[in-house]
Amino acid sequence: MITKDNVNYIAALARLHVSEAEADRFAKDLEGILHYVEKLNKVDVSFVKPTSHVLDVENVFREDIVSPSLLNEDALRSAVDKHHGFYKVPKVIE
Amino acid sequence: MNLYDLTAHQLLSLIKDKKTTVQAMVDSILSRAKSVNDKTHAFVRFHDPLLSDGTCPIPIGIKDNICIQGKLATCASKILNGFHAPYDAAVIEKIKGRGGVILGSLNMDEFAFGSSTETSAYGVTRNPWDLKRVPGGSSGGSAASVAAGQTVWALGSDTGGSIRQPASFCGIVGMKPTYGRVSRYGLIAFGSSLDQIGPLTKDVTDSALLLNIIAGFDQRDSTSVNKPVPDYTKALRRDVKGLRIGIPKEYFIDGIQPEVLKAVREAIEVLKKEGAVIKESSLPHTEYAVATYYIVATAEASSNLARFDGVQYGLRALPEKTRKTTLVDMYETTREKGFGDEAKRRIMLGTYVLSSGYYDAYYLRGQKVRTLIKQDFDKAFEECDAIICPTAPTTAFKIGEKSNDPLSMYLSDIFTIPANLAGIPGISIPCGFDANKLPIGLQIMTRAFDEETLLHVAYTYEQSTAWHLERAKL
Repeated sequence: MITKDNVNYIAALARLHVSEAEADRFAKDLEGILHYVEKLNKVDVSFVKPTSHVLDVENVFREDIVSPSLLNEDALRSAVDKHHGFYKVPKVIE
Repeated sequence: MNLYDLTAHQLLSLIKDKKTTVQAMVDSILSRAKSVNDKTHAFVRFHDPLLSDGTCPIPIGIKDNICIQGKLATCASKILNGFHAPYDAAVIEKIKGRGGVILGSLNMDEFAFGSSTETSAYGVTRNPWDLKRVPGGSSGGSAASVAAGQTVWALGSDTGGSIRQPASFCGIVGMKPTYGRVSRYGLIAFGSSLDQIGPLTKDVTDSALLLNIIAGFDQRDSTSVNKPVPDYTKALRRDVKGLRIGIPKEYFIDGIQPEVLKAVREAIEVLKKEGAVIKESSLPHTEYAVATYYIVATAEASSNLARFDGVQYGLRALPEKTRKTTLVDMYETTREKGFGDEAKRRIMLGTYVLSSGYYDAYYLRGQKVRTLIKQDFDKAFEECDAIICPTAPTTAFKIGEKSNDPLSMYLSDIFTIPANLAGIPGISIPCGFDANKLPIGLQIMTRAFDEETLLHVAYTYEQSTAWHLERAKL
């Protein structure tokens, strides 16, 4: 059972503000979807390894050499607020 | 026939024979693109096409989640409003390198979350075969633009069927290559273990031509695979004698539109006549694929979308209150205003299945069932070289028909999701029409990195039928 409190807790973890009306609606939607995915409980997975990557590939390494990267001004171009080559955000520390 | 009805290989031979010029071709297609866009709403913006020297000067449209340097890339989301891509995606570099003519950016479901292109912040794209219906999704703009003659080629991305299902709904060819075949560098991520870029084209020959251009290893995408890329046009042979084609019984179930089943069964007969050995096959965990996908894909999405927080990209929104705004207030309000409903739903579902206390029950279990789904394919491919089935259980549905029921929308990807979970390639090709003259798609799947057999079977079927010659009338 997904309650409005659950939704608000998940939303806080996801850094997402949800309104009262949204919390009601999302509780209902998530409840329905989670009920559907519960069918996975019917599958015996006791001796099954999880798949996080589908191909048989090993760790990927590259040579540690200096190569061109994004220019500061290009990286900052789409930022809403910037100051002397940095992103500017609301105050974090009092 | 108009130039905009032609395929790339037809246009390239007209240019070679000096029956038309690159400029005349681009003008004709761009003028078509602009004149019917108020009907289809496939393009969200046009770019000034640059003509350059190159062996493949074909007009192409790009899904709005693939970065083109200096151009907006918004994933059809308000949260990326104003984000200009600082670099070209690997596939864009390759297309530019061959003289490809980029016409513009194509509509999609917001962040590729959807199967109908209805969740776009720019409004819905319409199916060229019936403007009251969806083009499928999430690469709905890509499929509709090719079907409407607004571009010759389009690129899409496919996480759970987002190339193949719209190709099926719009009566064109759409391929999801093997995971790792095409670099994802510059593709704005949705589900990183599932996403793959692929071609949407009018026929199978064009699909091979475009895959030739975009495939290949790229060290900037650590999941791209360093395997040689064959010349895929060599796979375009009409000959399937002795090739073993599996028909998975779990894909022929109740609830499929009868006309879809009939068209796919007829397609199987066509391949049988061409000499293929048709075998019954089984993928026993198919019924768990959608549930597995909506755990794995949303978990990855919630993590990938954490970066959209009002700092680096486009939109920033602040709460309407008088007390001092904190950084967290800014994050939460930006994400509230910037994301649409489906994006919020998936971010929350993904956050939930990864959260403390639920991780083992949902995410870890989902990853384990994913292993079983992959093993189903490994086993099936011991006995057959290709698997064929419907691409989608129905033809294109009406706009608004499923938009209030997330679960019923998710189930429209029931036959395409397994290929993403297993990492294997899949293609959808036209195989008929229903009574409303809506296209039906046939899906072919093969082993990982065997796009050649995929194209080979697709080409054989296509050359034995005439469905690929039909064009939507607009």
